[in-house]
Amino acid sequence: MIRLEKRPQPSQAWSMATPLVAVLATMLFGGLLFGLLGTNPFLAIETIFWEPLFGEFAFYYRPQLLVKGAPLVLIAIGLSLGFRAGIWNIGAEGQYIIGSLTGAGVGLAFYPLEAWYIFPLMVIAGAFGGWAWATIPAILKVRFGTNEILVSLMLVYVAEQFLASMSLGLLKNPEGFGFPGSRNLQQYASAHNAEIVTGTGMHWGVVAALIAVIFAYVLLNRHMLGFQIRLTGAAPRAARFSGVRPARLILMCLGISGALAGLAGLFEVAGPAGQVSIDFNVGYGFTAIIVAFLGRLHPVGILLAGALMALTYIGGEIAQGQLGLPAAAIQVFQGMLLFFLLALDLLTNYRVAWRKPEVA
Amino acid sequence: MKLTSLLASAAMVLGLATGAVAQDKTKVGFVYVGPVGDGGWTYEHNQGRLAVEAEFGDKVETVFVENVAEGPDSERVMTQMALNGADLIFTTSFGYMDPTINVAKKFPNVKFEHATGYKTAPNVSVYSARFYEGRAVQGTIAGRMTKSNIVGYIGSYPIPEVIRGINSAYIHAKKVNPDVQFKIVWAFTWFDPAKEADAAKVLIEQGADVILQHTDSTAPQAAAKNAGNVITFGQASDMGEYAPMPRVSSIIDNWAPYYIERTRAVMDGTWETVNTWNGIGQGMVGIGEISDAVPADVKAEALALKAAIASGEHHPFTGPLNKQDGSAWLAEGEVADDGTLAGMNFFVEGITGDIPQ
Repeated sequence: MIRLEKRPQPSQAWSMATPLVAVLATMLFGGLLFGLLGTNPFLAIETIFWEPLFGEFAFYYRPQLLVKGAPLVLIAIGLSLGFRAGIWNIGAEGQYIIGSLTGAGVGLAFYPLEAWYIFPLMVIAGAFGGWAWATIPAILKVRFGTNEILVSLMLVYVAEQFLASMSLGLLKNPEGFGFPGSRNLQQYASAHNAEIVTGTGMHWGVVAALIAVIFAYVLLNRHMLGFQIRLTGAAPRAARFSGVRPARLILMCLGISGALAGLAGLFEVAGPAGQVSIDFNVGYGFTAIIVAFLGRLHPVGILLAGALMALTYIGGEIAQGQLGLPAAAIQVFQGMLLFFLLALDLLTNYRVAWRKPEVA
Repeated sequence: MKLTSLLASAAMVLGLATGAVAQDKTKVGFVYVGPVGDGGWTYEHNQGRLAVEAEFGDKVETVFVENVAEGPDSERVMTQMALNGADLIFTTSFGYMDPTINVAKKFPNVKFEHATGYKTAPNVSVYSARFYEGRAVQGTIAGRMTKSNIVGYIGSYPIPEVIRGINSAYIHAKKVNPDVQFKIVWAFTWFDPAKEADAAKVLIEQGADVILQHTDSTAPQAAAKNAGNVITFGQASDMGEYAPMPRVSSIIDNWAPYYIERTRAVMDGTWETVNTWNGIGQGMVGIGEISDAVPADVKAEALALKAAIASGEHHPFTGPLNKQDGSAWLAEGEVADDGTLAGMNFFVEGITGDIPQ
């Protein structure tokens, strides 16, 4: 009989290996799925993982990986800090929306003035917007003990309504013939988050994501706050005794993750997306949760996980366009990745043992 | 050094990709906002794609990507199609407007066709259908059929196309039934079966016995069927599986003739930028079979209106008409010009409720 035994210590080896095994299992079962759909599974897997990096048009897809991966990494880094301490910000999507609105709003307020200080102000406004939106569940939790999972999640839907309202009203392009959506910031040089070097995909959001990775790494390993976060996650009671103030930690973790999500929103709206529109948000805030766990809540892991996620998105689109795979199959494929990761996670804390059934 | 050579080879490949394709098959790409199985908007665009394949057989190759989010994702999908040698790309949602223009700039030899937008370029045409003509026929049937005098309307987004539809349906319902009232729910989605079903249920609870929808799924049809004694109309697609009740008729988007014509133009080298806005007369808007649930005299009246619109004898927006605030819009016998219709952002007199701002 197969039994699961709790390991005395979580297995270090399995903790490192599970993401890799999960990716391999996803390839295996995803390939099976594609095969059942009548597509050559090897070709499909190759198209998803190889084509964007080394295929004929890789010169276009490689920069796109940065564009797609940067917001995921930026948001996931912020979320991972809270997740480590057991503070669950599920509403990054809402903070991302609000950051884009406050950031774009500041930029549009200056239109058509051209000045060097507009973009930096937008960056600050974007971070502030996301921070403020995340501070709502933080304060409610600290003051009234509400559940931050529910409050932050519900605020996503509030943010979506704000986004619709802004696209149709306050931020609507006055020259847009009554159609919803703001002016296109790509056509407003001072507010445009342009590529730093043309053709590389490297915009300020990518730079910010890399800085966030380094910042988080240093914070967690070298700073008191990082120690408190790790301690609170590992042993909340011990943390209390060693002088960690939970309220402060909640405000910090939610605030930082909100600010980073807001920044991601600002960089997206001022760059690749270009305009505030009703359907501006495409789920980065939720996907980032997957990225954070896929990366083991470790800054470097998150960087790799973000790249992997971006790869499956872009490769998935290529597979749709070239092999005629349905979008749903690609989504199942991505879903499998998280499923296998969580399922295999069991092996970190438990081991499989063979044992004869005990006689009662 | 490495970067410049990379860019140079990129430019070369771009040139090759756009120049080298015309010899053999014409490749036509379609970018869809929903799944091809939505049974509505995207379904009909995909029917148009299949019609292109049926018409030209071996001479064309079509590709499509479904569920493409508006914004940067759509830009990447279009670029991917152009890189892979597409000669003509149909981008079938309003939100693809700026991305289409951006990609079109990078691929001057690829032709683009953007549905329901207003920005054109030397290689970008726009096309849309006068759905409001179909709404006039719907409004007539709705006005005659309602017993509670409450017509529910599921709006998607408050954009001119949707507002035009509401106005047109209301004007014609009111004409045959002066007591009719419209209740409007904004779903803020094109396709979300759960939200659409909720909207339909809310409207039915408020007494509506006719549901008009400007969203793409069949969920409102299912909700009406469960409630019983509520009639609906298929949207974008016939939704004939819900006939004869609750679905009593439908507006069908028929993109096939346009897609075939434009593909042929690319093959012949006669493609030019156009701004197409066709209605019932040209066959872009179809009225689905009016079911037996509708009395014969109402059916005859609806078909007569359809014929009058098709021949150009009747324009759905003919004065006298006032705006919602009571100010004069169209004088007796005057018809609305296309410019005003294209950017319509007001309700006509008699409709209650505000357009979300």
